[in-house]
Amino acid sequence: MTTPPTHSGRRLGRTTTRRAAEAVVRAIIYLCGWMAIIILAAIAVFLMWNSFRAVNEAGLFTMLSGTAWYPTSSPGKFGMLPLIVGSLYVTGVALVVCVPVGVAAAVFISEFSGRLVKEVMKSIIEFMAAVPSVVYGLIGVAVLIPFVKDAFSLMSGMTAVTGGIVLGIMSIPTVISISEDALHAVPEELRQGSAALGNTRWQTTFKVTLPAASSGIFAAVMLGLGRAIGETMAVLMLTGNAAVMPASVFESVRTMTGTIAAEMGEVVQGGLHYSVLFAVGLVLFTITFGINLVADLVLERQRKRWRR
Amino acid sequence: MVSPLLVTGDGTLSYGAGSVTLPRADAREGAASKAADLQGSFSLADVSVAYGRDRVIEGVSMYIPPRAVTALIGPSGCGKSTLLRCLNRMNDELGNVHVGGTITLDGADIMGRAMDPVELRMRVGQVFQRPNPFPMTIWDNVAYGPRTQGIRKRSELDELVEESLKGAALWAEVKNNLKKHAFELSGGQQQRLCIARALATKPEVILMDEPASALDPISTQQIEDTIAQLKDSVTIVIVTHNMQQAARISDQTAFMLRESLDEPAHLVEMDETRKMFTNPDDARTESYITGRFG
Repeated sequence: MTTPPTHSGRRLGRTTTRRAAEAVVRAIIYLCGWMAIIILAAIAVFLMWNSFRAVNEAGLFTMLSGTAWYPTSSPGKFGMLPLIVGSLYVTGVALVVCVPVGVAAAVFISEFSGRLVKEVMKSIIEFMAAVPSVVYGLIGVAVLIPFVKDAFSLMSGMTAVTGGIVLGIMSIPTVISISEDALHAVPEELRQGSAALGNTRWQTTFKVTLPAASSGIFAAVMLGLGRAIGETMAVLMLTGNAAVMPASVFESVRTMTGTIAAEMGEVVQGGLHYSVLFAVGLVLFTITFGINLVADLVLERQRKRWRR
Repeated sequence: MVSPLLVTGDGTLSYGAGSVTLPRADAREGAASKAADLQGSFSLADVSVAYGRDRVIEGVSMYIPPRAVTALIGPSGCGKSTLLRCLNRMNDELGNVHVGGTITLDGADIMGRAMDPVELRMRVGQVFQRPNPFPMTIWDNVAYGPRTQGIRKRSELDELVEESLKGAALWAEVKNNLKKHAFELSGGQQQRLCIARALATKPEVILMDEPASALDPISTQQIEDTIAQLKDSVTIVIVTHNMQQAARISDQTAFMLRESLDEPAHLVEMDETRKMFTNPDDARTESYITGRFG
């Protein structure tokens, strides 16, 4: 017959196993947390590793400043500038579309709409973000390409403007939801204080609420920009993909993302062209990383501001 | 002239003519005309407030004299702040609030369509419980209201800023740092900045909703001094939980009470502060003041 374990003995045993379990769980959670950083670092290293040959043989400066992109001629010419400019043109047009619409919509939702309208609008905007980019591309092909061609009397409707407009529309949900968060974070007391000084809703919005939320709205724009510059499918369908230096936004452009997607299937693995495409990816990665970093720093500053 | 005596529907008022303390003319420099003396007086007749279907205040009638401090006291949830917000129609901002009865400011109905709430709020300023300076410089905070009124001239604004900061007893502390961000001030300084901001629009009345409850004793003292200094030039209506504060700073005190959650709050008694705190007419006032409930 065994004596039952003493009360204190049992508690001790349970504590030990629990401690072990806690250590395991903690290790798993730590690992998951670090995973994001590990993956990000791995991507950076992977891109650098694969673009090593391109930097070595074609030269980093030659690639970044070259205006001729003839990757399949012999010897191949890998001037990325038309691609970078193409991306910037498309993204610039996207910003012109998404910033005014997105910020205005956020102001309406946060400051002027009733509770029901607000809820409905927010779910519709979430849905807008969930539509696959290829569907936006299809609508662009069917509607926007002929429209741009006629509206600006162009030879072809496949231009930077066309891609930019669709990208802008695609970025609107990002801009709205983050701007709306920023406006929502402005303490109600500030609005009341402004109203109590004899200001209308509009005056309060323009003079107090928007300035107070400005850094958050800036971050929203930056994140929208990050989304626009990294988007691939819609621009591939809409911009015409001519890899030449565009003279204006009404010409066909090819973006960095479009180039990688279009050419990756035809290159020899490990070849120079293959490596150059990785270099393009590295440039893109650096740009989006920078944009997101700035947006994050600005958001963090805003958060600190209201924590008092 | 606005009569201090109110005849109302079913709201009964029991205070004599002596309870209305008009400021003595000799207390002010360059005393203006008799009519100007009466600027900033409120008359409330049978005022009721409902949040949706919940009636929170009913049958409040009172006269708030000009250029004096009127304190609203009572236990939590007795509708003091709600009543205060009726006076500059800030309840409009909340939505789903219905205010009944009549409120007049210097004889003009403030609840009708004829009164623009935005205009009313330029005449009736408010200081909130928690200091709420705008995220901008001290100067910009004070110039905010005047700018809304359309004043653009820098020299005029500078003058108003100085005058208002002096009125709020903050000038000496910040005169060399007007470009400093308002958030760098201490809590007490921020609250006095909010008072200065309210003064800048030259209001006839300033409403204060527990202006010192978030502050330390020294800052509270400074706010009370500021109030004492201001009452010669502006009507002050203050909500406070602090009975000593009401006794120290106010000329008149109104005691409100919500006897149970099923019935709306009402005005129990309103009188000269000295009388309210020494010899109130109503037994409930006495038990509240002596700390037996609330």
